[in-house]
This record gives sequence, structure tokens and C-alpha cells, in this order.
Amino acid sequence: MKRRTALVGLGALFTGACSKVAESRAGQSLFDMAENWHMKAHRALANRQALAPEFTKVDISPVFKGNGSITVDSDIYRDQLSKGFPNWRLRVGGLVKNEMSFSLENLRALPQRSQITRHDCVEGWSAIGEWTGPQLSLLLDAAEVLPEANFIVFYCADILYGKRYYESIDMVDAYHPQTIVAHELNGEPLPEKNGAPLRMRIERQLGYKHPKYLTRIEAVASLDDIEGGKGGFWEDNYGYQWYAGI
Amino acid sequence: MRKKHSLLTRIWHWLNALCVIVLFMSGLGISNAHRYLYWGNAGSQPSEAWTAVIRFPDWATLPQRYDLAESRDWHVLFSWPFAIGLLVFWIAMLIGGHFWRDLRTHREEWKSAAIWADIVKHAKLDFTHDGAKYSFLQKLSYGIVLGVLLPVMVFTGLAISPGFEPAAPWLVDWFGGRQSARSIHFLAAWALFAFFVIHILLVLLSGPVKQMRDMITGGRDET
Repeated sequence: MKRRTALVGLGALFTGACSKVAESRAGQSLFDMAENWHMKAHRALANRQALAPEFTKVDISPVFKGNGSITVDSDIYRDQLSKGFPNWRLRVGGLVKNEMSFSLENLRALPQRSQITRHDCVEGWSAIGEWTGPQLSLLLDAAEVLPEANFIVFYCADILYGKRYYESIDMVDAYHPQTIVAHELNGEPLPEKNGAPLRMRIERQLGYKHPKYLTRIEAVASLDDIEGGKGGFWEDNYGYQWYAGI
Repeated sequence: MRKKHSLLTRIWHWLNALCVIVLFMSGLGISNAHRYLYWGNAGSQPSEAWTAVIRFPDWATLPQRYDLAESRDWHVLFSWPFAIGLLVFWIAMLIGGHFWRDLRTHREEWKSAAIWADIVKHAKLDFTHDGAKYSFLQKLSYGIVLGVLLPVMVFTGLAISPGFEPAAPWLVDWFGGRQSARSIHFLAAWALFAFFVIHILLVLLSGPVKQMRDMITGGRDET
């Protein structure tokens, strides 16, 4: 009995020490350093333009799970959804020469990329689907991103746990050939639960980096002054890693 | 002759023990985020799963509450010393001779009579083994842990990572897809846990004070 008490005590001491480390500034910077090393290692090992694997039609998942926000809770959204989003606009701005605004029709008129990819959620599940839309690089080139821009920020219409969803990526992922503004899933307009009418695909990262219900794209020099300063909804509010390639 | 544990063996042993404990407990926390396992590349519905997993209680996870982000932080941090430590230890074992001298099994040890004799000896709690540093069953279990389970944890871990995949898509295929790699990661983790339990049990049965002292100070060379 004494031995068991000692063992439980030892365990509590260990996990208690761990929580002290996790709460400390040094612990946080250790976590950030490890995350950064993973990103650097991934980028050093693979070509910056290396593609995530693409699959065939037979691999497409029967159900593409909707997670996080599965709708936008507003009358305007419901009205637009029922009409096929005639008035939805995707604005591109920030550190660009030309501010732009795209309707769905404009986006469909651009050269399209279709890709059958695997979506990996941070929770652990995966689903395969075929996504179609213009490459983000086309939009950024049309807007002429200024050289001082280091990140692309995506703003969304959905409110999750009382906060507006947003995400961000760096220029390596922004100009990656598989980074597309998707308006179709499996040959159909995007379903409501998967982000209708527009969602980003950032194929080499986990699902929370693929913002849905997209309204605005902004080129910025730094993420520090945006929302909580950590580059995304999950990063700001729940401590998730900004680099979600791990 | 029986040599004492080398300094590198002792450092690696304790570093690896710490890494495995942190990775296992944070891994249980990560498992709680989606308690289904699948084969193949994809799976998200209970109907696609080959098994459902229990919810691991908070006292078993790191941190001691459901916090996927912090569990991942611990997992991502300790994956570095775990993988690099294993690589360095393997190189040192191969170059320094520990593997060839102490861990490699010989043909005569694989004869069923010899294996049976070793099992009977263990069952009688007789842990002496003259000449060699390790008995056959020890070599076998250390070989499985060092040569199979620990490397499988590293490689399946890499295969689950979507940012690593473009560097080595063959690795994911090799395990039969991402969700297969995730399932194998889970199974190998529990196989390591089984080793951990038996390992500790045998240390307790074979003189825990001496065993602990030898793994800390190295012990003495015996002839």
C-alpha cells in the first residue's frame, strides 16, 4: 500500500512538474522551437513546391465530414445559400497594388485546378475529396502583392464559440500549386457544412488551416497586430500550433 | 565476460524512458480527440472504423485534462530527443560493438530446446546467465523494442504528419495509408507499454536496488 502511495505521489510530481513547464514562458518557447524545427525540417527535406499526394475517384470518401463551424448563423447567409450566393464577394486586399473583389462567377471564369486530396483533421481522422477552384497564386498575382508582404490572412464569415474564424499562411504555402480557393467538392458546389461557397485548401497542413466561408484575403507583413496575434482562430484561443504540418 | 552498462547506454536509457513516458501520456490525450481507428488512407465515420478506443482518463494523459493543443505540444517537442536519441544509440551500438557483442542472437539460441530452457529458467525466477550479458529472452525483447517497436513509432509518426508526407510519400504507402499508419502507431505504443510493464516487473523480481544502481552508475565489470 505504501509503495502504491509512493508511486501515485511520484506520478503526480511528474505531471505537476510538466504542467509547471507548460505554463512557463521557457516551456512555451521550447514548444515553439520544436514546432519551428519540424517546419524547417519538412521544408528542407521536400521541395517547397512538392505536392501532397493526389488520389483517384475511387478513393473519394463516401462522407466528407463537416467539423468546427458547419454553417454561418445569419439570415443573409441562409438567404445567399438558398440562391446560390449571387452576392457573395471575395475581397483581396492589404499589401497589394490593386485591391480586388471577386464574385463566384469571376472565380469560376479563372483557370481551375481540380485535385483529389486527403484532408487530415487535427483530431486524427482523414477524408478524401475532390476540390476544384482557381489557385490562390492567380488571385495574388492579379492583385500584385507587394514585396513587404510575408503572410496571407484569410477572414471568414463564420463565428465559432463566439469568435470570428480566421487563419494565415506564409508565402511558401500561398504560392504552392495545390493552394486553391475551392468552390466545388466532388463536382458539386461546396456543401454548407464544408464551407459554402468558398474554402481554402492548404494541402500540406491539417484541416484547421483550411478556412471555410471565406470572405476576405489580406496580404500582411506581420501577424502580430491581427486579432490575438498568433495567426488564427485556434492558435489565438486554444493554443494550437500555427504550423499545422505536424 | 560481462561488461558494465556503458555511459551512453545509461544516458540513452533514461532519456528514452522520459521521452517514452511523455510521448505515451500525451499520445493518450491526442487519442481522446478522435476515438476511432481505421485502415487505409482515410476514415472519419464510426462505420468505417476497425475499432473504437476507450476514452483515456485524465490521470493517464498529459496534461491531466482534455487539451489537444497542449498534448500535441508535448508530443511534438519530445519527438525530437526520442528520434534523435534512438538514431544516435543505434549508430553507437553498431560502431561500438554493443549490438554485435551483446544483443545479436546466435543460431544455437534459436533451437526450441534452448528457448524452452530459457523460459523455464525465467519462470523459476532464475535470472542468472553465465557468460553472455543478456539471456536469449532478454536479447529477443530488447531486439524487438530497439529494432522494431521504437523505430516503428518514429516512422509511423512521420507518416501521419501531412507536412512530412510530400518528402517521402512512399513511407505512407509503405504502412498502407495514413490511417493505417495511425493505427499501427497506436498498436505499437501499447506493445511498448506491455514491454514497460514486464520490464519493470522483472527489475522488481531480480533485485531492484542493484538493477537501478547499475543503470545509474554502470555497475561493475564481471568475469
